[in-house]
Amino acid sequence: MITVLAPGARTLVQDLGRDGQYAIGLPPSGALDQYSHRCANLLVGNHETAATLEITMTGPELHFAEPATVAVTGGEADVRIDGMPVPCWQTVFVDAGRVLRIGALRTGCHAYLAVRGGIATEPFLGSRSTYQSSAIGGHDGRALAAGDTLPVGDEPDEIRPGQGSSVDPRLRPALGGHQPLRFVEGLCRHRFTDESVHEFFSSTFAVSPESDRTGRRLIGPALRFVDREAPFGAGDNPSNVVDLGYPVGSVQVPNGEEAICLLRDAVTGGGYATIGTVVSSDLDVLAQLKAPDTVRFVPVSLDQAVTARRERRDRLKHVRRGLRLLSLY
Amino acid sequence: MSGYEFFGDGARASFGGDEFVFVEVGVGMDLAQALRIQAITGELARRELPGVIDVAPANASYLVRADPDVLHPRELVRTLARLHARFGEAGSVALDTEIVEIPVWYADPATERTCLKFRDRHQSPEETDIAYTARVNGLASVADLVAAHSSAPFIVTFPCFKPGNTECVQLVPRERQIQVPKYLRPRTETPARAVAHGGAFTVVYPTAGVGGYQLLGRSPVPVADLAQRTPGFEKSKVLATISTLLRFRPVPGEEYAQLRTDSREGRYRYRRAPVRFALAEFLADPAGYPRTLEAALS
Repeated sequence: MITVLAPGARTLVQDLGRDGQYAIGLPPSGALDQYSHRCANLLVGNHETAATLEITMTGPELHFAEPATVAVTGGEADVRIDGMPVPCWQTVFVDAGRVLRIGALRTGCHAYLAVRGGIATEPFLGSRSTYQSSAIGGHDGRALAAGDTLPVGDEPDEIRPGQGSSVDPRLRPALGGHQPLRFVEGLCRHRFTDESVHEFFSSTFAVSPESDRTGRRLIGPALRFVDREAPFGAGDNPSNVVDLGYPVGSVQVPNGEEAICLLRDAVTGGGYATIGTVVSSDLDVLAQLKAPDTVRFVPVSLDQAVTARRERRDRLKHVRRGLRLLSLY
Repeated sequence: MSGYEFFGDGARASFGGDEFVFVEVGVGMDLAQALRIQAITGELARRELPGVIDVAPANASYLVRADPDVLHPRELVRTLARLHARFGEAGSVALDTEIVEIPVWYADPATERTCLKFRDRHQSPEETDIAYTARVNGLASVADLVAAHSSAPFIVTFPCFKPGNTECVQLVPRERQIQVPKYLRPRTETPARAVAHGGAFTVVYPTAGVGGYQLLGRSPVPVADLAQRTPGFEKSKVLATISTLLRFRPVPGEEYAQLRTDSREGRYRYRRAPVRFALAEFLADPAGYPRTLEAALS
């Protein structure tokens, strides 16, 4: 059992997400940086579907009643066990009775703490992911608070990577700076003028300061819409459409002013024109960005989007293979 | 590279990244079109194709999420094009669905307090949301708006936003549709179970939170129970889903209080009945046909 001594800024139980509930208006939730979440699980020998703790900006202080194997991935933070510093992106053993403290993140927005066996809170609709808006999943559907206790699941039957096993730095994700986001045009792209779409792809967007799980606001040029007579039920603003479904990763531009890229806790639909969608693997990158980081959108075809997905899976395969090799020595 | 593929019926399909396919059947709201979308997506969902994760119909479009490693998005689009050809006509659509009654205390004090708190985001700060909605629809009074809103049932055309929330459109001829703009900027608060209208759609907010629709009143009974402990939610976490008919019945404050207590103590039973909704019959007699559907509740 793990006891929360201090919760950090916003610490949530997350796994790969709760798929298949769009039709009732429930977004998938799940770890915003799925790659780092999966790596954390691999470092402790968990199945990639196990739940981890998603940490935002500042981490928690946790007391371990039993010995544990843990790993912190994602953004780099000052991590200590009873005051002794331990590295990120490595397998770490924690003795019974010790306190693990994760400080402020030096890079990125989110860190992931995996514990061998997984965080074993009660699943809801097949997932342990917390969705705060509907107060479901995770620990009572909310962020962790001081005094909460978290159950740890049974020992998985996978090999336990040894203390100090790590993910090759070349296989770790980008955590800031200026990042290209691969982008598939479509959805309501026809509502935007060609000049605006051109500007969208040739401009640099600044990531706004807040780090919300519903979306990232990206500050760039104002975009213009094609003139029209508002269709029945759409609304008068040129950025309005008859309410429609929003893919995770879709970018909308309310009133033409600010681009918002939706993340895994976004509402499933609404009435703003969407211009296209960031490919799933690059949402991991976006989730780690914060002011003053910047992005640009790079148009790609469906085939390139599917290839990007495959490349991420191959990278994870390399991580897994690397850890397996280490465990042989 | 606009990324569109057009189906034989003019529907515009595109890819939402590597996981989603979006099909915009039309740009305006139209009941026949919405029901045709429900027929297409209903058939797709029934097929349970390997790789399909979500089938989510909306008012004038729909979204399908699939795992591209199992079902390539281009193959999915080919399947959808065939379904569009098969369900070419909406006229023959008949949906086996359910009609559910939702009691509403119109112009109740809780939603009125909320709407007065956010006048700075409203296009007409001098009046309440319900008075504004009545006025812009050319109705003489709030009482007339209540009469219009409760005169005919609505049909759900887009469950979205939060579990249990349903956008529904009233089964009346278009010239009698209540229409009102949404708030200029969304409220940061909305009472749970508030009944509200925006564009041509009514919603019931399942839980407290943000919202931009004009507040008309409040229901004493919930529209979602994700834990499924309340009677009426044994089979589903949400009261209404796509195609469900909703009838709003005005109740005074005393009855609201009684129904609220009944609901909280697990004694409230939803008035609901199975119905078959036939589009052709509605189009032939838009004033009379909905009344025959409501009769199923009595």
